[in-house]
Amino acid sequence: MAEGRVVGIDLGTTNSLVAYMEGDRPVVIPGVDGSNLVPSVVALDPVPPEGGRPTVTVGNSARKALIQTPERVIYSVKRLMGRGVDEIQAELKLFPFRLADDVEAGEVPRIQLGELRFTPPEISAYVLRQLKRNAERFFGAPVTQAVITVPAYFNDAQRQATKDAGRMAGLEVLRLVNEPTAAALAYGLDRAKEGTIAVYDLGGGTFDISILKLRDGIFEVQSTNGDTHLGGDDIDNLLLTIALDEIHAEHGVDLRRHPGAVQALRKAAIEAKIALSSEEIAHFDIELPNGDRYQREIPREVFEQLIEPVLERTAGPCKQALADAGITADQIDEVVMVGGSTRIPAVRQLVDDLFRLKARGKRPQIELNPDEVVALGAAVQAGILAGASKTTEEMLLLDVTPLSLGIEALGGTVARIIQRNSTIPASATEHFTTGVDGQTNVAIHVVQGERELAADCRSLARFDLRGIPPMSAGLPRIEVRFLIDADGILQVTAREQRSGLAAQIEVKPTYGLTDEQVEGMILDSFDHAEEDFAKRLLIEARNEAETILTAVERAPGSAAWQQLSSAETAAIEAARDHLNLVKLGEDSAMIRAATLALDQATRRFAELMMESAVSTALRGKTMDTADDDLGEAVTAPHPMAAAEFK
Amino acid sequence: MLKVLDSAVPVACWSCSIGHNDFTLFCPHCSKIQPPPGGDYFSVFSLAPKLNLDLAALEHEFHRLSRKLHPDRFARSQDNEKQWSLADTALLNDAYRTLKDPLRRTEYLLKLEGAEIGEEHSGKDRVDPSRVPADLLEEVFELNMQLEEMRAAHTSGEKDAALEASLLDAKEKFEALLQAVDSDLRAEWLVWDAGDGTVRQPSQKRMVALLNRRRYLSNLVRDVTETLGA
Repeated sequence: MAEGRVVGIDLGTTNSLVAYMEGDRPVVIPGVDGSNLVPSVVALDPVPPEGGRPTVTVGNSARKALIQTPERVIYSVKRLMGRGVDEIQAELKLFPFRLADDVEAGEVPRIQLGELRFTPPEISAYVLRQLKRNAERFFGAPVTQAVITVPAYFNDAQRQATKDAGRMAGLEVLRLVNEPTAAALAYGLDRAKEGTIAVYDLGGGTFDISILKLRDGIFEVQSTNGDTHLGGDDIDNLLLTIALDEIHAEHGVDLRRHPGAVQALRKAAIEAKIALSSEEIAHFDIELPNGDRYQREIPREVFEQLIEPVLERTAGPCKQALADAGITADQIDEVVMVGGSTRIPAVRQLVDDLFRLKARGKRPQIELNPDEVVALGAAVQAGILAGASKTTEEMLLLDVTPLSLGIEALGGTVARIIQRNSTIPASATEHFTTGVDGQTNVAIHVVQGERELAADCRSLARFDLRGIPPMSAGLPRIEVRFLIDADGILQVTAREQRSGLAAQIEVKPTYGLTDEQVEGMILDSFDHAEEDFAKRLLIEARNEAETILTAVERAPGSAAWQQLSSAETAAIEAARDHLNLVKLGEDSAMIRAATLALDQATRRFAELMMESAVSTALRGKTMDTADDDLGEAVTAPHPMAAAEFK
Repeated sequence: MLKVLDSAVPVACWSCSIGHNDFTLFCPHCSKIQPPPGGDYFSVFSLAPKLNLDLAALEHEFHRLSRKLHPDRFARSQDNEKQWSLADTALLNDAYRTLKDPLRRTEYLLKLEGAEIGEEHSGKDRVDPSRVPADLLEEVFELNMQLEEMRAAHTSGEKDAALEASLLDAKEKFEALLQAVDSDLRAEWLVWDAGDGTVRQPSQKRMVALLNRRRYLSNLVRDVTETLGA
């Protein structure tokens, strides 16, 4: 049986992407709308009038629902992955979502979305499923294996939650790769690149810095550091908070009570932020519910002062990473910039200063698209794992664990057993004994972090070693082996050495779902079934056909249509009639070919439409996306195209 | 470099059933990956236990073995090979991390030789007053007083330039002492590597003492650095 393709997925806070190795280079797979970026937004459609479970939409269409039905939409869920109810309270204040009422402390939080509740991994699973489908549509074959990227500074629980999400989406996660390392893979794909590089990754919600040595195709991470709650979201929230406060003070309107209005304002804040990367001044102009207008100018200088504290928070991790790698800023050959937030000029300036780039005749490395480089790197890693390509054959990534692993010792202090920045897989063996005669259980508390007291570290899990043969206190000798695997996830095994018995371990993850819970959350379990897959391909092909046919039906009414020659209109009509006929059949490949033919026939018409769209000042955007575009550099698709497929 | 001799109990290869010694990561006959071998960290790199190592050669061997053992190379293999790749690579990484660092390497080898050494120089264990090297008692006492003063000054927001200068002096002095310990250690490496049992025993004792002194000094330097930087 031929192995299926392994795809690389960047599961981002704001946007997600899926990529694969096309021969010896990584390529991003576009979605149905032609866009490479799938917004990590999940919306619950209204309950169908005939009853039943409402459907879930993902991406651009879900983002549209954000303003109309904010209570049915969730975004930036990555910030909640692998965290406990008590940890996310502060976070939740800034978001429109709320927790289900019956969630108890210590449980995985469930978010109330309309009438249903979802855990963060389930929400991520919907995003992953969308990417999986985009890839399947592109290949015309099922995709079941993936490499997924995570922030380098993600802890064990956050990694496990991401893996759970993959499983729920019907994907076997072959490897979790750290985002900055993935970026380095894409950057260093060209084997000529050797030396020491830093990857500065400031994304929507997380910040990572990694220092790597590149030599002979080996990418060896020296150190990594970061902050899993620092990113573009924080900048948006700063602007949003100021606007909300000003509106309240100047116009007496408390928009915080209107979630839809907050989202509209948020959109305006994001647009202002993006504009300020290229303009010297940005404008807010919002109509308020009472009819007033909130108008404000934000000069870049003011913006930069405002965000300085946020950006400054990236300096500490950079310095620590350098110190841990045992090198100085001057020994860094290149700084690779990753993440949409690195488009901000003040960020580039900060990096320039931190690594003394200008002084050494260098500049931050921005040659790769900061939105796509992580997904491309994930595809490279997928290629390495599949062992399919000559290019990746000699490449090997040696990553590290970002946080030290420790055990709570007497008095609540931490005994560190695996140091941060150890190359993974890494292991440690510890011995435990009993304190009381006849004791048959020993409890072990494992923590992750750099602080001296266990209470200040991140609680990872409590292990109960059971089945110890009753002996005098101090006599049993239980060997516990801790192993951090290549995904950065902890595995534990134990053995009582005097009796030779393998002590039974009951692992209670402090935050996380059990295997059974994950099993119960798997999205449509028939997803892999061949027959089902063929059916889905047919439905999707028909939907795409309908989309373009509807557009063609409307076309004669437009001015652009009049500019076409009669031969051109005749060709379009012939292609349309052919598609109308073919779509009634059961052959999804034929429907796609006919859709593609109609798409080709309408190409000039589409170009004419584009021109008129541009002339109506919708610079670089298509009619479809202009009204809901939040400003990311989405490549403008053919306005009628149903994207490429093979 | 010396090869470790084939002295171990033979083990049958899981794949081709031909026996091989237990110190190998790959079957010499069918080249298949083997479960984690017995033996110490040195034998992972086919090295004899020595304190002086060619670090460039060690790194080269680490990369060569990583390419063959890493779980990335076994992503689509059967489960047992996957598990062994994971365990073998963990062993390789643990061995490399220990051997490439001069102090960890020394501690490791001394422990292999049965020496009793305090906790590894990991952890952020605070300076233990009971372990002050005798010749430093007076200076350490004074330094601790100054550190206390400095911390108090930080809390109250005062700035005491004289105190700061004096602490910087102390830091330099203790750093010089650290370097002296390191060069003494390196001298012992030569003695140990070249010597036989009669020479090694006293050398080991001296190294244990040097390591304890080093740990004490480096904690002290870290405390001063932290207090100055606070």
